[in-house]
Amino acid sequence: MADPALPLVALNGVTKVFANGLTALADFSLQVLEGECVTLLGPSGCGKSTALRLLAGLTAPTQGSVTWPGSALSDHRHEIGFVFQDPTLMPWADVADNVWMPLRLRGVSKREAGDRITESLSRVGLKDFAHAYPRELSGGMRMRVSIARALALKPRLLLMDEPFGALDEITRFRLNDDLLRLKRELGCTIVFVTHSVFESVYLADRVVVMSARPGTAVANIRIEAPAERDMDFRTSHRYAELCRDVSHALAGAVPDGAL
Amino acid sequence: MARPPSQPAASGRPSGLLRIVLPLVVIAAAVTVWEVSVRLASIPPYILPAPSLVARTIVADWPLLSASLLVTLRTTALGLLLAVAGGVALAVLFSLSRIVEYSLYPFAVAMQVTPVIAIAPLLLIYMPQETAVLACAWIVAFFPILSNTMLGLQSVDRGLLELFALYGAPPETGWAARLRSRIKILWYLRRPAALPAFLAGLRIAVGLSLIGAVVAEMAAGSAGAGSGLAFRIVESQYRLNIPRLFAALTLLAATGIGLFLLAAALSRRLLRHWHDSALVSEP
Repeated sequence: MADPALPLVALNGVTKVFANGLTALADFSLQVLEGECVTLLGPSGCGKSTALRLLAGLTAPTQGSVTWPGSALSDHRHEIGFVFQDPTLMPWADVADNVWMPLRLRGVSKREAGDRITESLSRVGLKDFAHAYPRELSGGMRMRVSIARALALKPRLLLMDEPFGALDEITRFRLNDDLLRLKRELGCTIVFVTHSVFESVYLADRVVVMSARPGTAVANIRIEAPAERDMDFRTSHRYAELCRDVSHALAGAVPDGAL
Repeated sequence: MARPPSQPAASGRPSGLLRIVLPLVVIAAAVTVWEVSVRLASIPPYILPAPSLVARTIVADWPLLSASLLVTLRTTALGLLLAVAGGVALAVLFSLSRIVEYSLYPFAVAMQVTPVIAIAPLLLIYMPQETAVLACAWIVAFFPILSNTMLGLQSVDRGLLELFALYGAPPETGWAARLRSRIKILWYLRRPAALPAFLAGLRIAVGLSLIGAVVAEMAAGSAGAGSGLAFRIVESQYRLNIPRLFAALTLLAATGIGLFLLAAALSRRLLRHWHDSALVSEP
């Protein structure tokens, strides 16, 4: 239904100043094309998370605008899945009920949602854990539940805010692979915030490098690599080269002594 | 992020059986020492009755004492019930409206910090005695419920609130829609999140409600009619019937312990799946 030439969603010259006077983003523009995976890479506090929250409509820009060029709808929240830095699960509800939550808020009964919940959970490999409680799961599994919850509404746009930052590297690599597989299966658009150069290159079709606060885009690097990525890609010369390019762009974005 | 490995049983916490047996052994030892010292020193019963005499008094005076126990229990239970209803209702109201919270919370605090023993005589002047006693039980039990429930309602994960804003809030605005979305958040998010804190408040309130009832009965007792356990204590004191005083005291303590255990069991049952406080230590 959307024109492939038009971006799915765009931030147009957005500036965000918080109530305490802090400027998080300054004249930041970002166009996210349908079906692409964009990673936002930048130092801590550069406004990456703010950019995601603007895309989600959780906060409004001080200047500039957020537009969905291909769509006439004014409310896009049902098209968005959001995964936070923490799993943010409800500890009192079991895994199935946690995944049901976004559907429940839209008035879908648990019986109607049953298939959707099972499907979401099997996509992240947790079908057998529907009745487990969050505290019984490992950190990686909790994050999977969080992703399953974000998928429950079949979002067109998946926004992820450093979701794997707190996980160990082995778990993180596995979840990176899972995320790429999910993207191929679901064909959804992903905006992924990270401060890991290696993660940003591994996942992205395009890496947007941001400067330190106030954040603005300083480099836009297209990752020319096959969509199917695995261990071979992770150890390839090409991957190392791309990581070096992105690292250089990031080093240029952060003035000496700023970190 | 994974759960810490369970400790071996030998160095872990004492098993469930020990937790029941140990206090019983200590109590038995204390009672034995009491009994033996009273007998050896031949302390007269109007100074300190032996535990065996207290037990005999409980049996002998049971018709009188059980009626009093029932009166005190009823006051305590009713006071607690009203405190739970009022405390939770007010906490919910406060969580929905800042204006109401700012206007009324100071009164709740003032009511709490004024010692109930100082208010009891006034209440007894303004109200019929039974109502006054009930009001005292209510006043002291009310605040822990209110403040704990308020704390619980506010301690919701910010990320979950954002998720609700993303998935739950209605697109239209206006105060009615805002209220509806607040009620939704209240029911789905704040209610379960507040449960542990509410139950902690309940455990405190159960004991306080009993204290409130006793204090009011004592204040009323000297004023005339009354038949609760505290009244029996005051009466026994005047008559120097110390064994009965001890018997009534024993029943009061047992009532308090029973109520606390009941509240603790309820708390464990409601939280067993998810809250750390209700975790069963692994063998």
